[in-house]
Amino acid sequence: MAQTPAHIRPHRLDKNEIDKNFSELHPPLSRSEALIEADRCYFCYDAPCTTACPTGIDIPGFIQKIRSDNVRGSAQTIFRENIMGGMCARVCPTEVLCEQACVRNDHEEKPVEIGLLQRYATDPIIDDDTQLFERAKPSGKKIAVVGGGPAGLSCAHRLATLGHDVVVFDKDEKLGGLNEYGIAAYKTTNNFAQREVEWILSIGGIDVKNGVTLGADFTLAQLRKQFDAVFLGIGLGSANELGDDLDSVPGIENAIEYIAELRQADDKSELPVARSVVVIGGGMTAIDIAVQSKRLGAERVDIVYRRGPEQMGASPFEQNLAKTNGVAIHNWLQPVGLKRHDAVIEIELMGTELDKEGTLKASGESSVLEADVVFKAIGQRLADEKLGNELKGFELQYGRIVVDETQATSIEGVWAGGDCVSGDDDLTVSAVQHGKLAALSIDRHLRS
Amino acid sequence: MANLTSEFLGIRSPNPFWLASAPPTDKAYNVNRAFEAGWGGVVWKTLGEDPHIVNVSGPRYSTIHSNDRRVIGLNNIELITDRPLQTNLDEIRQVKRDWPDRALVVSVMLPMNEASWAKYIPMIEDTGADALELNFGCPHGMSERGMGAAVGQVPEYIQMTTEWCKKAASIPVIVKLTPNVASILPPAKAAKEGGADAVSLINTINSIMRVNYDTLTMYPTTDGMGTHGGYCGEAVKPIALNMVAEIARNADTADLPVSGIGGISDWRDAVDFLALGASNVQICTAAMVYGFKIIDDLTDGLSTFLDDKGMSSVAELVGKAVPSVTDWQYLNLNYVEKAVIDQELCIKCGRCHVVCEDTSHQAITHTVDGERHFEVIDEECVGCNLCVSICPVDGCISMRHLSDGEDPRTGQAISKEKANWTTHPNNPMRKQD
Ligand SMILES: Cc1cc2nc3c(=O)[nH]c(=O)nc-3n(C[C@H](O)[C@H](O)[C@H](O)COP(=O)(O)OP(=O)(O)OC[C@H]3O[C@@H](n4cnc5c(N)ncnc54)[C@H](O)[C@@H]3O)c2cc1C
Ligand SMILES: Cc1cc2nc3c(=O)[nH]c(=O)nc-3n(C[C@H](O)[C@H](O)[C@H](O)COP(=O)(O)O)c2cc1C
Ligand code: SF4
Ligand code: SF4
Repeated sequence: MAQTPAHIRPHRLDKNEIDKNFSELHPPLSRSEALIEADRCYFCYDAPCTTACPTGIDIPGFIQKIRSDNVRGSAQTIFRENIMGGMCARVCPTEVLCEQACVRNDHEEKPVEIGLLQRYATDPIIDDDTQLFERAKPSGKKIAVVGGGPAGLSCAHRLATLGHDVVVFDKDEKLGGLNEYGIAAYKTTNNFAQREVEWILSIGGIDVKNGVTLGADFTLAQLRKQFDAVFLGIGLGSANELGDDLDSVPGIENAIEYIAELRQADDKSELPVARSVVVIGGGMTAIDIAVQSKRLGAERVDIVYRRGPEQMGASPFEQNLAKTNGVAIHNWLQPVGLKRHDAVIEIELMGTELDKEGTLKASGESSVLEADVVFKAIGQRLADEKLGNELKGFELQYGRIVVDETQATSIEGVWAGGDCVSGDDDLTVSAVQHGKLAALSIDRHLRS
Repeated sequence: MANLTSEFLGIRSPNPFWLASAPPTDKAYNVNRAFEAGWGGVVWKTLGEDPHIVNVSGPRYSTIHSNDRRVIGLNNIELITDRPLQTNLDEIRQVKRDWPDRALVVSVMLPMNEASWAKYIPMIEDTGADALELNFGCPHGMSERGMGAAVGQVPEYIQMTTEWCKKAASIPVIVKLTPNVASILPPAKAAKEGGADAVSLINTINSIMRVNYDTLTMYPTTDGMGTHGGYCGEAVKPIALNMVAEIARNADTADLPVSGIGGISDWRDAVDFLALGASNVQICTAAMVYGFKIIDDLTDGLSTFLDDKGMSSVAELVGKAVPSVTDWQYLNLNYVEKAVIDQELCIKCGRCHVVCEDTSHQAITHTVDGERHFEVIDEECVGCNLCVSICPVDGCISMRHLSDGEDPRTGQAISKEKANWTTHPNNPMRKQD
């Protein structure tokens, strides 16, 4: 943070309390809980939950194996489709994915707890570092994967199992992407993201180059020359701006930067925390920065979002999580001005509404909120200064890379997936699916 | 409120629920607790000769569970009473004195010689017990010594032993039958021939529960070795019901009073036994799983049920369903049913489709007009009831009787005439005029 006035300070709560606040959001199931929950699954035919899972996990299949105490077989069923089944079990918004489709909703309005069961099956494998996969015989092909987030690692792992050699390039010191630097801390405790990365890499055949940035340290053109194929899983590099010169007011921060700092902190009680926080945005990032600020000891946290609850990127569960953590969500409000008076930021807000055509317009009602810190959480975009000219030559849509159904880009020999491509929902599980599809496509391509 | 008072062989008890001869009736302490809880009667844990037998000091029980550890079946290798005869006799005498309105029957198992029966039966009668029950059913341990199921599996032995007992006894004699036989009728007839006043059934079923997946030995073991034991609890009820019904509908045995046992855990199970011909019921496993308090649901549920049916006593229910039991060959082959799925209730799990598709008659759709939709194809449905049986939603799939028109499957007109296998043209042994 740029400067730290008196009411932005560490130790708002003592360390024990903070540790408690950042313990598991959804504690894992015990064996007996898992067996009882597994019994609730009807073992549906052509299961709707499987169709709803972006990675297409055979959900009744893995649950049946939990039921028969075949936990390793269950994990194998999951990892076969989704190598980050462990992380997804923690972070998937299941209420809008697999669990939303569960037929139990029609029966008793309570789906099978698929996410928790998935975690029950996968945790022991990562905890014990059990290898479940074998590499096919060497293909002699070499593939470059840029970005070691969910998309890149999923692609790298599948390529490695198919017998190819892979080099993963990542600009950060640790792999994992937003699993390591973005996801809310209480969703992935105990250094899970790194343990998962290590487990994924343990398949072998994946060489990792950290601290190297595409655009700054190497170019796509070089990769295309040196490798048989290239996969880009570079996420979204830079935060969107509010515009109108609002971004330069001191005390206006990027939510994802603060979250990254929080995720990397050894002792969260040392983090500077404001007394009052305003968050601008309506997605997962907005909820996460708001809830985590509150759990770090902020006294007042408000989220301001310019549309209604249904349009928020954050699921109803996430919105509710914010509310039960004491965060106030203000819908249909848009910041139009930010002023700093001494240590306090004044946020001028304008009410919003939809006109007959459905376009957002000012309602004419204005109001003011005060805060010590304002977090921007209005989305990220692909292009940043480091990426420079690297995006040239790609077909782009809304600033993201266009791919076909096999994740191939408009440039021959280059595939892409995850948040950096257009048209999907910016979830961990979708990034994993993209990486998997790309690997399968690359494999077919290289063998044909 | 219907009157639950029950009379079995002239023995009155406030309700038809007796505790079967087993650990719950092993001694005065347990029996007193049972009577305090409201049980109608007990059959005392089987007495034997002195010196008394001994039990193992390792596991006697093991169970089959559902995943939430509801007990579905129980296996045991317990023998008969392991306390001195006199201790039991003294306690029986005292309990009968303290609870004159409850039924107190004493179970007994003695060697295959008349002298033993002549010696011990009068001693037992002297306690004031209401009746005797002969344990010809224990399938483990005692059967190795020529008693229990070793007697119950040989009709001649049943008859002979029953005769010895009847000669020595003045109180009623109930013969408890083992289900470990090919047909229950010869043992039941033998008991009757031997003079038994009634039969009770079933005792436990010979069984091994499973193996231990770590040691690959059978489970459970005593010091590494195990033995087959007797199986009981919920899982055995259908086996017991069939045997009770067989006795009730067979002309040779129909007049033999039956005390129904095997897997009764709630009042509905009791209704099953009573309607299929038992005059009262005995319970062991359910009490061993939940304790004596289950008697509240048993009595309350049965009494409410009788009220709803407009019946004023248990006796009115006894045997009600027996006339509906027959041999397969007499079933009406002209009667046609089709499954129907209630689309309002259907949750679209697809199980009916896949089981019919994989294992039966391909008679349920999966997709209709591109939508996930489950519907019975009358042209294929044989009316087997599989989908009804496996649908997770109660009442969602039911069977519909086709009373006229034609069966879309066979293309044949529905006949209102009854016709069964005995006259069917495909039956080489059919009756011909
Ligand atoms: C705060 C926050 C919370 C979220 N919470 C959830 C959640 O609860 N559940 C959920 O499903 N999803 C959540 N998401 C979304 C999810 O994290 C992303 O959809 C997912 O991480 C996308 O994976 P990815 O591999 O495409 O990108 P990333 O995870 O962003 O990984 C990209 C990787 O590429 C590297 N990289 C980037 N540029 C370069 C370059 N030029 N050269 C070399 N390497 C580069 C980065 O260092 C990074 O390692 C959240 C996102 C945020 C921001
Ligand atoms: C632990 C145990 C011990 C038993 N001991 C006897 C016994 O001594 N004499 C007897 O006639 N039946 C004995 N039985 C059989 C029961 O009386 C009863 O017939 C059988 O368990 C079926 O009834 P249930 O399903 O209600 O348990 C025993 C059963 C169990 C479980
Ligand atoms: S990966 Fe996510 S969406 Fe798929 S089954 Fe698991 S929890 Fe559900
Ligand atoms: S929809 Fe629900 S009940 Fe059906 S298979 Fe999936 S988890 Fe099981």
